[in-house]
Amino acid sequence: MHSSFIYALSLGEPYGFQFFRNGAFVALIAGGLCGLLGVFVVLRGMSYIGHGLSHAVFGGAAASAVMNFNYFIGAGIWGVVSGVLIGRIARRRIIGADAAIGVVTTASFALGLALLNRYGQAKRSIEAVLFGSVLGVKNSDIIAVLVVAVLATVVIVLGYRKFLFSTFDPEVAEVSGVKVSLMEAALMIMLSLTILVTMRVIGTLLISALLVIPAATARLLTNRFSRMLWISPLIGAASAFLGMNVAYHTNTSASAMIILMAAATFTCVYFGSGVRGRRRMASFGHL
Amino acid sequence: MTMRVAEKDVLVHCHHVTCSYGDSAVVNDVNFTLRRGEFAGIVGPSGSGKTTLLKAVLGSIKPVHGSIDMLKGLRMGYVPQVESVDWNFPVTVLEVMMMTRSEKKWWPRITTAERAAAEDVLERLGLEGLSGRHIRELSGGQQQRVFVARALFHSPDILVLDEPTSGVDVRTRHEVLHLLADLHDAGMSVLLTTHDLNGLAAHLPRLICLNKEIVADGSPREVLVPEVLEKLYGAPMHVLEHGGMPVVLDHSENPMVGRFGGKAV
Repeated sequence: MHSSFIYALSLGEPYGFQFFRNGAFVALIAGGLCGLLGVFVVLRGMSYIGHGLSHAVFGGAAASAVMNFNYFIGAGIWGVVSGVLIGRIARRRIIGADAAIGVVTTASFALGLALLNRYGQAKRSIEAVLFGSVLGVKNSDIIAVLVVAVLATVVIVLGYRKFLFSTFDPEVAEVSGVKVSLMEAALMIMLSLTILVTMRVIGTLLISALLVIPAATARLLTNRFSRMLWISPLIGAASAFLGMNVAYHTNTSASAMIILMAAATFTCVYFGSGVRGRRRMASFGHL
Repeated sequence: MTMRVAEKDVLVHCHHVTCSYGDSAVVNDVNFTLRRGEFAGIVGPSGSGKTTLLKAVLGSIKPVHGSIDMLKGLRMGYVPQVESVDWNFPVTVLEVMMMTRSEKKWWPRITTAERAAAEDVLERLGLEGLSGRHIRELSGGQQQRVFVARALFHSPDILVLDEPTSGVDVRTRHEVLHLLADLHDAGMSVLLTTHDLNGLAAHLPRLICLNKEIVADGSPREVLVPEVLEKLYGAPMHVLEHGGMPVVLDHSENPMVGRFGGKAV
């Protein structure tokens, strides 16, 4: 009884620190936001785009850091331009989407690395972008994540039918009056903004996992798009919250622990859902 | 260029339509008119421009020459090929139906009235009680009917189908044919593409034979004749009559005969 009381007290210990409360809050929102956008990433087979965009934004973040330019504006413009560019190249089908992403994003990432080597003074802030620094979040990070989360939720609710239609059946959606290219651009911009504001929390190298794993887990749990849209953010937020707490008590990287929590959830659901659930996931073509 | 036509019974009028991808014309100088209440099929071999012409009519491809005139305010219900549908996508029958919902509301929740309207269309197509099912849990015929139901849900003037019997079994083909015939009897105008001469095309009232340009246009009895078919497919074909309907037989030499000890049938 006594030991369990002490254990319960220790669980609450990190909440005595402002930096942890901020970090846990921003991770919770970031997890939910990535889970929400991840539904479209997974169902549109854009997992590689999410991975590539985070690398592209890194180039913008590095350039902003060495030029003492505002991170959100510099990396934001860079990310949105990269996202739209990838979308346009992939749509024209001159080269494959994977090749388009490879060219745009790796070049951007390489530029970021070159800047990191050349200008050492920016090293710390760039490393935070690469690996995430959830315990060092500033008020501006919290506001940015909140604004993008609210914006993405409102846009997806208002455009629910059009987003669903253009994701499921773009050809018929276009014929039915849905501006598919506009919906794709909106998704790419939201994805770029999501990566931008969550990058300093989760890090370039792990952000794509948070975009994919909660949505893939949600896909195992339901056959309904509308349910995926709330199950996936829930898994993302829960993984982020749990990951933060486990990271504190085990003295490990918070972003790595967040992804490990999401991966553990996926593994449990995958094996727990049985053959029927996994068959539902025959749509691993979505990933 | 797409224009509007004045005649009330003319739904679509293609006037010297040419479509191309790059430099080569896929559809060349095509003229045809589709009137209200018609049931027409565009037939031709693979690569003949059937789907391109259909997409031009739907407005998703712009002709490089000519014009497509349409009745003012024409509403088209498009049914894609079942082979192009992602059957693993997490949507139920009701969610598929609601995609073409035109009401402008800020909250996406399906209302009782919308659900009732969708159920009504589903019932008309023999899909009652299936609205909550995932699309992969349906039979081939039911899957095809769901997409017809979606197209009908926004009350179109014309139903446009791309290869409705492609990749489906014989039973599903019969179901599709009967469904379209019933809809046509109820007054729906239908335009479809098909390469299935005996299974579908021979049953339609009007066939537009296309091989980049229109080779023939008329009833199956008029166009399913050896001269037209040879021009259309570039190979000699026999036409027999069975039950008052033309049956097309491939006249080309069977390359398998003799190789494995078999005989020509």
